[in-house]
Amino acid sequence: MKAHARRGRFAVIAVPYAWLLVFFLLPFLVVARISVSEMDATTIRDIVTWKDGAIAVHAKLANYLLLVQDDLYLRTYVSSLVYAAVTTLLCLVIGYPFAYFMARSRASLQPALLMLVMLPFWTSFLLRVYAWKALLTERGLAAEAIEAIGLDRALAALGLIPGPGQLMNTPFSLVLGMTYTYLPFMILPLYSNLAKMDLRLLEAAADLGASAWTAFWKVTVPLSRAGIIAGAMLVFIPCVGEYVIPELLGGPQTQMIGRTLWDEFFSNNDWPMACAVAVTMVLLVIVPLAVFSRYQAEAAERAA
Amino acid sequence: MADEAFLRISNIVKDFDGHRAVDHVSLDIAKGEVFALLGSSGCGKTTLLRMLAGFETPTSGAITLDGRDLADLPPYARPMNMMFQSYALFPHLSVFDNIAFGLRRDKVARAEVESRVAAMLKLVQLEPFAKRKPHQLSGGQQQRVALARSLAKKPQVLLLDEPLGALDKKLREETQIELSRIVDDVGVTCVLVTHDQEEAMTMASRIAVMSEGRFLQVGAPAEIYETPASRFVADFIGNVNLMDGTLVEVGADHAVVDCGDVRHRVGQGVDGARGTQVAVALRPEKIKLRRDALTSPATPEAGVNRAHGKITEVAYFGSFTVYHLQMASGRVVKVSQSNAERQPGTPLNRGDSAWASWTDLSQVVLTQ
Repeated sequence: MKAHARRGRFAVIAVPYAWLLVFFLLPFLVVARISVSEMDATTIRDIVTWKDGAIAVHAKLANYLLLVQDDLYLRTYVSSLVYAAVTTLLCLVIGYPFAYFMARSRASLQPALLMLVMLPFWTSFLLRVYAWKALLTERGLAAEAIEAIGLDRALAALGLIPGPGQLMNTPFSLVLGMTYTYLPFMILPLYSNLAKMDLRLLEAAADLGASAWTAFWKVTVPLSRAGIIAGAMLVFIPCVGEYVIPELLGGPQTQMIGRTLWDEFFSNNDWPMACAVAVTMVLLVIVPLAVFSRYQAEAAERAA
Repeated sequence: MADEAFLRISNIVKDFDGHRAVDHVSLDIAKGEVFALLGSSGCGKTTLLRMLAGFETPTSGAITLDGRDLADLPPYARPMNMMFQSYALFPHLSVFDNIAFGLRRDKVARAEVESRVAAMLKLVQLEPFAKRKPHQLSGGQQQRVALARSLAKKPQVLLLDEPLGALDKKLREETQIELSRIVDDVGVTCVLVTHDQEEAMTMASRIAVMSEGRFLQVGAPAEIYETPASRFVADFIGNVNLMDGTLVEVGADHAVVDCGDVRHRVGQGVDGARGTQVAVALRPEKIKLRRDALTSPATPEAGVNRAHGKITEVAYFGSFTVYHLQMASGRVVKVSQSNAERQPGTPLNRGDSAWASWTDLSQVVLTQ
């Protein structure tokens, strides 16, 4: 009976891990292998060869060297990280008050508000991004509204668009599109965190002399840390590698790593180079996250 | 009205969506007093406490502290601090930072914060735990942190919401005494809300018994226990035998109440004319239980202040035993006997026939 239960538990854990192994780790290893391979016209050469009783390992690191040497790649990586970070920050600034008031609204109203946040998922993401194209082109609805309130002049002054009235294919349209797309991923974890909060803690803070504003910064925000981190990861990670939005809403100024990847694969047909770009991107995102989560675990352990 | 009233509640009413939670309540609390609001859940005691703290606004009426109207003061500006039910400690802050929270909001200098928190930790004997987080403490320790936090700002009034409610029985008794000691040491005026009569009686100098938003009786613990003003209070506080009857004799220094199978002679005057329907309240511990029909020496008139019947229940509590004595009419008298000796001669058992008797100063005649 006991062994039975243990086997059942093992199976429950093993299935998702097996899924990740087959559909993430193995493909990643394949990609990693290609990134150090030589390529003939259409075939990829083996790394390890067996000839005359000798094992020859032929790993080409030139692609990685090129990544460091050619500052196009470096700039693309940096700008991907910057756009992802700016998007994450905007999502947090917009999403936090949203999630906060949602969590504090009447209990009977909350399911409806939650539904509204998830409603955009009912139409294809691609369609919604295309819609922004229409909204932001000259004489588009959003473009006219932005021009009417003079926001485009401010954006131009900040250098986010080349000039008044030119909103499409700019850093502005790119960040707008990414923020719009990823906002629900910020709101949902924040909401579930804030809804769980014990409101008596705010009363305790008020009782001890904290104004509503102080109580927010000293109690609500620190207690929602887990929600902020979860939301930030859900936005930041996919944003770094985002391809569709930069392709549709970005411009020549907004080179992002996803597009570089596409170009290497399909324009240059340089698979090893493309794979090197992909491996670097994954490492770039995963390594800081691993360090961070390890630090988190250590902090939790120290507290316990 | 007396000038000594420190905290004055005048004619407070609180309505929630057509439901009246607190109904025209007035109360004066003196400086240094420990006052308990006692009642079952939903009686309005917590609402009243929350109005004192400023979390609820009275529908009408006024609260003044030392002559100053509190109506316009938000919770964070009131010179009162509250110890919350199940404590509401900040889970992300250490014990030290929890206690320092209020002081830091007042921009108290750093050195002063440290010395004040150290003094509080000493008061509640938690000095070694300053760096722990609340979840690393036991229930009793958390309770002490909550107390230290609410005392750190030297409030003029300390509000306690079910201060011992989250502790188990054994710990509760210890903590009750400890809490009383600390409150006495600090000398702070206290308003305490509880549904636990023992907690109210051991801690408070005065108690208000609340029901349906009103005060039924306000008085010292012994006063409320020994001379309850109504059937509800007699029944709510402690155990009691309530017997309905008719006043058949009313004198200046005595009265007789006929309750059917029991006739009470009460050794004090009673408000009410002959023929009035009354209830007699008799506490179980004031009754003696015997096998034979000895007449109590304090009862000159034969046939009064006694009951005969059969024992139907025996419940042993250690320090005392509770017996249910069923009379001929089927009604039951509860009797509690202290187990003063280790081995009583012949113990009374279920099924035994027995006599209960009491003196004529044991009962309270209730007209409402």
